[in-house]
Amino acid sequence: MKLTTALMGAAATLVLTPAAFADGHEGERGRDGQLNIIYWQAPSTLNPYLSGGTKEIESASMIVEPLARFNEVGEMVPWLAESIPTVENGGVAEDLTSITWTLKEGVLWSDGTPFTAEDAIFTWEYCTHPEGGCANINYFDGVTSMEAVDDRTLKITFDAPKPFPYTALVGSESPIIQKAQFENCIGAAAPTCTEQNFGPIGTGPFKVDEFKANDVIQLSANENFREAGKPAFATVLFKGGGDAAASARSVLETGEFDYAWNLQIDPQVLSDMEQVGIGTVAVAFATSVERLMVNQTNPDPALGDERATLAHPHPFLTDRAVGRAMSMAIDRSLLVEVGYGAGGQPTCNVLPAPEAYASTANDDCLTQDIEGAKQVLEDAGWTDTNGNGIRDKDGIELEVLYQTSTNAVRQDTQALIKQWWSEIGIETELRNIDASVFFGSDPGSPDTFQKFFADVEMYTNNFAGVDPEAYMARWLCSDIPSPENQWQGNNNQRFCDPAYDALVDEMSQTADLDRRAELAKQMNDMLMQSYSIIPLIHRGNPSAHANSLGGVKMNDWDSEIWNVKDWYRTE
Amino acid sequence: MTDAANPIAEIEKRKPARSQWWDVWDQFRSHKGALLGSIFFVIILLAVIFGPMLWHLDATTIDIRSRNQGPSLAHPFGTDQLGRDTFARMLAGGRVSLAVGMTAMILALFLGTLIGVLAGYFKRLDGLLMRATDLFLALPLLPLLLVIIMLFRDRLSAQFGPEGGIFILMVSAIGITSWMQTARIVRGDVLALKEREFVLAARSIGTPNRRMITRHILPNVLSPIMVSATLGIATAIITESALSFLGLGFPPDFPTWGRLLFDSIDYLQQSPERVMWPGLAISLTVLSVNYIGDGLRDALDPRIRGR
Amino acid sequence: MFNFTIRRLILTIPTLLFISFVIFLIVKLSPSDPTGNLPLTIPAEVREQIREALGVNQPLIVQYLKWLQQFFWIEPLIYLENATGWDLGAGDATRLISYQTRSPVMDLIMQRMPQTLWVVGTAYVVGILIALPIGVISAYKQYSVFDQVGTFVSMVGFSVPPFFSGVVVIVLFSVIIPSDSFFWLPSIYDTTHRVTDWDSFVYQFRQMIMPVMVLALQITAQISRFTRASMLDNLNQDYVRTARAKGLRERTVVLLHVLRNSMIPVVTVIALGIPSIFGGAIITEQVFKVNGLGQLLILSIQGGDVPTVQTLTFIFAILIVLFNLIADILYGLLDPRIRYD
Repeated sequence: MKLTTALMGAAATLVLTPAAFADGHEGERGRDGQLNIIYWQAPSTLNPYLSGGTKEIESASMIVEPLARFNEVGEMVPWLAESIPTVENGGVAEDLTSITWTLKEGVLWSDGTPFTAEDAIFTWEYCTHPEGGCANINYFDGVTSMEAVDDRTLKITFDAPKPFPYTALVGSESPIIQKAQFENCIGAAAPTCTEQNFGPIGTGPFKVDEFKANDVIQLSANENFREAGKPAFATVLFKGGGDAAASARSVLETGEFDYAWNLQIDPQVLSDMEQVGIGTVAVAFATSVERLMVNQTNPDPALGDERATLAHPHPFLTDRAVGRAMSMAIDRSLLVEVGYGAGGQPTCNVLPAPEAYASTANDDCLTQDIEGAKQVLEDAGWTDTNGNGIRDKDGIELEVLYQTSTNAVRQDTQALIKQWWSEIGIETELRNIDASVFFGSDPGSPDTFQKFFADVEMYTNNFAGVDPEAYMARWLCSDIPSPENQWQGNNNQRFCDPAYDALVDEMSQTADLDRRAELAKQMNDMLMQSYSIIPLIHRGNPSAHANSLGGVKMNDWDSEIWNVKDWYRTE
Repeated sequence: MTDAANPIAEIEKRKPARSQWWDVWDQFRSHKGALLGSIFFVIILLAVIFGPMLWHLDATTIDIRSRNQGPSLAHPFGTDQLGRDTFARMLAGGRVSLAVGMTAMILALFLGTLIGVLAGYFKRLDGLLMRATDLFLALPLLPLLLVIIMLFRDRLSAQFGPEGGIFILMVSAIGITSWMQTARIVRGDVLALKEREFVLAARSIGTPNRRMITRHILPNVLSPIMVSATLGIATAIITESALSFLGLGFPPDFPTWGRLLFDSIDYLQQSPERVMWPGLAISLTVLSVNYIGDGLRDALDPRIRGR
Repeated sequence: MFNFTIRRLILTIPTLLFISFVIFLIVKLSPSDPTGNLPLTIPAEVREQIREALGVNQPLIVQYLKWLQQFFWIEPLIYLENATGWDLGAGDATRLISYQTRSPVMDLIMQRMPQTLWVVGTAYVVGILIALPIGVISAYKQYSVFDQVGTFVSMVGFSVPPFFSGVVVIVLFSVIIPSDSFFWLPSIYDTTHRVTDWDSFVYQFRQMIMPVMVLALQITAQISRFTRASMLDNLNQDYVRTARAKGLRERTVVLLHVLRNSMIPVVTVIALGIPSIFGGAIITEQVFKVNGLGQLLILSIQGGDVPTVQTLTFIFAILIVLFNLIADILYGLLDPRIRYD
């Protein structure tokens, strides 16, 4: 992966208009009949700006499209734009305050009207309307204006130099919607436009025939699609509902469906299903990391309102030796083997990708070292003075409450880690919480991952696209959830280091890519050495497709069905 | 009938009353299903109470080298995906499932019968109690449970310790959300019963309400209550596992039959026996409770007794 | 009885209002969040803006009154307008909008009604039709082989939850049986399927077999047990002996006298069950991807979609109150001695 070059440098040389497949799968549009896709979570709307959920964004990605997408290796490819603008080709201003996109010629909406720069501008206005509650508004951060130089030229101006200007209208999270269709749906009127939200007109390979919220979408080939002979399928049935195991079964065992999404089930079971021989599991990796967050503040209920706030540092987890020992005791490869299979790799970084940003400084965590962990605790003065099997110091016992969301793989991971920690003398109490409560941010609930009324919690996080700036800025002191901000903050483990804040600040002003990569690695290492985050697994996204389905290129940087226009039937 | 004020009559009544319970026991013993059911139930009870102490493996110890094994001498029921011994987990799980299932079922039956009898027997209470039943039937279960966890979990844990608190929470959550059917059924039967001749006769000789209910009404609504009990225990065991998923229940590494059943569904094709054990355990428990209920009902029915 | 019915119907209104308020409180209090299911890449500030746009942060009582107005006034008005074509001025009013889909809640419910009524409704009818004869015969021939087998099957059937039995039948009929076989059944319910001719009817029938089977098993188990118990109670009554002594045919005695008198608990159970047809069968719908009202309810609960949960639960409450009233009236018809006045 040469991301640096791909993203910033000589983009022009890498711009490959995805050509038709040269392996004899060309022909008439709609020649291959019906494509059946199953997502075990059903999309609730087709307007990605009103939902922001993965299922909505991916299903909409067949209909509405952005200016550029990320391909299966994380490189940017032009989609509705002619090429990727860079400083070298003059598309990005020298001072990095504006970017100019040239749109492809002759692109039509599925209703036959021409696609212009006005539509792109409208999309920006639509999403940034203060009353609209747009879920992907952060993709337009820093945009002060958009103007149409002509029908095919779009100039985006930023309020400050933008080292990575490829967020607005790039990637499946911010596709372009049609101005003519959504003109009356702006702001507070957005939810009244059910017809539009359920059937957006797009430039993509398929158009919506029928949408049943949280159930099923029927699509048919867009006869105005810009590429001849594509898509190969005449219709798509996009079914939602059920669970991961059932949708895996429907592709790998019964063959009722061609493609199934996000199959996080026991790898043994998945590979047994694959043995049937009618389908294949494919995995794509991007930036998702399953991690343990180690609370730096004291969650003791006795503290009342000051529970889990900076006023009370954690009695023992702020001791780096404890965090280090906890990390050393974990056999990450075994966690992968038991819970993830091909869908995961052990990692020691919270920022595992793109390659240019991935640090190698922490890789010694890849091998489990129970004896070493014991030694670390011993040296730090944590010994079992009262003979109860739990290490203690100054009357504080190493007892942790370890919470996560309800999910079979996570509960297995919890059980394994509990066992390892007990071997080094740390007693663990496990708790699982319904995902909708855990990830919800109801200020009234004690069980949200932001309140973090536990010592350790586990979940996965990632960032969209390829630029980690916003992701690394999550661990600012000012972003700590607390009662003052209704527990709305991103720095869940309450890590606070002025030196880190300074690095975040520097990154926001640095345009040089190598320096940015260096800064990102430095921040990653700082977090890792604080042991406030213990990364476990670099998670991939496993999906299954029928062996009769060709052209699938699993992608976790963008919508995983990003290239559905190139899919075809092999037999 | 006896006059309560007459001490001699009182004593006379008490004597045959004791032998009446012997009658009941005799009748119960002669009911083959009931006897078998009781024996079986006692065996399950003994196994889950003393089994974990006797069996050498612990329910939560992970032995990753021996995972996903079929039944063998070392692991008579096989092992799960983390190499935990299924037999040990079944024994430990049965403790929780039976304790929660029985207690919650008894609580629901008690509430249901109480409200049903009161509503059916006292016309003044009927409207209020039945509207309350409608309310409880209409409450959305899941949000209600989430609210219960939010409000009471920490308080109960502080009061009764983590495990005791969770047990009380689960039992009362299941109990207070499943008494309504029993209440409606009992009330329906009581409404009809209290117009029967024998009740009218008893009332005409001035039997007080309390005696009317305990002597005449309750024995006659026993059979629907017994059916509710059998169905209730199955529901409670399954509901307990559903609660665990919400985070209301016991810690995730703590086995229960419902959870074992749910967890093993994904392995249905790989190792069918794994799903069989908890399924069998729940079914057999429910069956034995059912037969005990049948036997009890027959034994308590004076028309059948002595036949 | 007529007076009783009228009085109860009038009493229903305050009861339902009270129930709706309690439901609202519970749904609002429960710790779920409409932005809880969004990817974590969406920052906390944006989540707050989304909640603001949805109106989640308005005062509780305002939200409740708004819901009342929308449910009892605007929605009926709009349906009236659509049905008659009159302009009653509802055009501009905000309808009851779901948080998840940002579309009218009532439309979602209408969309899901067919599959739920088909699958759960059929299962209920099938369940009752099987359960009654089983219950009657089991009681009449108590401890016969038929009774023992019936007891065993219904108890085991009731003890295995649908999340288990559903997967078992899928593995049996969709995985093990090859897909070109006559006995193969689809594991995924196609909600877009339309019945237009014989072939499409056959397909509809086939795709309904498994979910209906799984659901009917539970319903049958329950109703047949109550029927059997109640029949047993009545078979030993004096009036049965009297009827036989009068020389009535055995069939008449059992089916007319005993059955009628045994129906009270059965009617109660059925009346409690019918509203749950509308509530859908959450797990069975999930297993077979029927995506009916049960699935809508569970998704809305998980998604913190207060308007949808509130509306669905309230419609459910109306049905409960109504069917319990019907049951009360039926008691009086089954046993004329029962009087409420």
